[in-house]
Amino acid sequence: MKYKSQKVAYWFFALSMLLFGLQIVYGFIMGFAHAGMDGLHDVIPFNTARAVHTNLLVVWLLSGFMGAAYYIIPEEAQHELVSVKLAYVQLISLAVVGVVAIVGYHFNYWEGRKFLEIPRPLDYLVVVNVLLFLGLILVTLFKGKRRTTTALVLSMGLLFAALLYLPGMLPFDSQVKDSFFRWWVVHLWVEGVWELIMGGILSFLLIKLTGVDREVIEKWLYVIVGLTFLSGVLGTGHHYYYIGVNKIWLIVGGIFSALEPLAFLAMALFAVNMYRKGEKKHPNTLALYWTLGAAIVSFIGAGLLGFAHTLPQTNLYTHGTLVTAMHGHLAFWGAYAMIVLAIISYSLPNLTGRKLYDSSLGRMAFWFSNIGILGMTVAFGVAGVVQVYLERKLKMEFMAVQKEIEIHFIVLIICATLFTTGIIMYMIDFYKHGTPTDEALETTPH
Amino acid sequence: MLSKKQARAFFLGGTVVTFLIFIGLTIYSFSKAQDQSNDEEITEAVVRGKDLWEANNCMGCHTVLGEGAYYAPELTKVIDRRGAGYVTAVLMTPVSWEPNGRKMVAYGFSKEEANDLIAFFEWIGKIDLNGFDRVVSPLSKDEN
Repeated sequence: MKYKSQKVAYWFFALSMLLFGLQIVYGFIMGFAHAGMDGLHDVIPFNTARAVHTNLLVVWLLSGFMGAAYYIIPEEAQHELVSVKLAYVQLISLAVVGVVAIVGYHFNYWEGRKFLEIPRPLDYLVVVNVLLFLGLILVTLFKGKRRTTTALVLSMGLLFAALLYLPGMLPFDSQVKDSFFRWWVVHLWVEGVWELIMGGILSFLLIKLTGVDREVIEKWLYVIVGLTFLSGVLGTGHHYYYIGVNKIWLIVGGIFSALEPLAFLAMALFAVNMYRKGEKKHPNTLALYWTLGAAIVSFIGAGLLGFAHTLPQTNLYTHGTLVTAMHGHLAFWGAYAMIVLAIISYSLPNLTGRKLYDSSLGRMAFWFSNIGILGMTVAFGVAGVVQVYLERKLKMEFMAVQKEIEIHFIVLIICATLFTTGIIMYMIDFYKHGTPTDEALETTPH
Repeated sequence: MLSKKQARAFFLGGTVVTFLIFIGLTIYSFSKAQDQSNDEEITEAVVRGKDLWEANNCMGCHTVLGEGAYYAPELTKVIDRRGAGYVTAVLMTPVSWEPNGRKMVAYGFSKEEANDLIAFFEWIGKIDLNGFDRVVSPLSKDEN
């Protein structure tokens, strides 16, 4: 690392690891319940497990993005973070809000709106927390010696993510309007501004790992985020096909959703080409694995599998089935989880001074988790397609179909075990690096 | 060859234009002439039902309008399919409802609360869903 204040990033990453582990535990509870083993029903009913599982995902990814910003912005702006103390206050308050929300879910204290279950009073705390974070990042950028495209795109993504949280707080009497504006938050986050954050982190990593000229990488970064918004904003329409709004969304959503994979394809081609073009071979090959992996798997999970059910003709049957869970798991893993794991893999040796590049444990973590999640995706996919045919084509009862597909959840649990083994290995590798130290400060650019 | 400046213009221009179209389509969708949800028929009971739906995170297991979790049945056309009496019994039971062994939390709603939720489901059931309503409910598909 080049600036002492970058050390704060480590603790955001540590929080990410902790919450990620907990997210997986709740995932298993849901998997077993689907397979007919719901022994925890009285303590943790499915709706609690589900809210905890998805909210922990959001919080650990946000914590990862924030850690990434605290690591990247000082280096890009060539300026220490304006206040390390406030960054720690922000970290602790983020953890407290997250934990209170998750404990509350076990006591029926929530809003009951998919992905946005955090109760209203805590929503305000989230807003204050994010404003503090943005203040620290933007003031650092403003005071810095340079403002790079990478830093601007990353900051813009974080700023818009904060602004887009607000439509989700609007109260509506109509379920249709409620749902419509909920997607302003959820869709425009994951298929819009979060891709700016991903693009910013990817660009930073490619500059560091491949040694390709910054101007070239940042030019293509603009093209990719441009494609993302061009397709993703109107692509929101694929959530509006069948929720009680005008048919115009079938056309608009259909066309622009079909373009969405292009942005992910461009991102994958961009990452692979920059790697091929690069003359510098950075010794941190694990970080390179995760970086290229994120670009490629996000194309498969978010791009291709998303496209598999966003055409209105297909979505008419797949809407509200396990097909969505198939796409959701690989998309979030590829696009966001892997990019967070990539920036952690890159920054950890620099923060702690322990250059544990290319450890066999780290390599196994990469392959186990990726093969595991691919298996999970197939299991969800088979269960989803069977559900669509039996329930929506052959008109079988919901629970009769659920009985038929229980076996696929056993396969899911087996694959999830492989995935979890990979993640545990990653966590052991994380722990082995130790904690950040000032001795790891670099005097020459790296 | 594309310059960085042109790439930036593509990003900013594309974003602004698509976002303006998006806002325009949103306003159009919620104009009175385009209403498919019978917005005027939302009564106080429907709103109370929606509040109960959210306060208990029913979407954490069920789907409505195809949105939610995939652990329990889709409820868009539940009143058509099961009738208000059956649904009221499920909502008011003090013990876990267990169709095919899969448990639902025993909420033990009062009669008034159950009526509010029924009003909510009845309103949901009348929304024009561009054809999804026929696919999602085997019973209503038979009738169409």
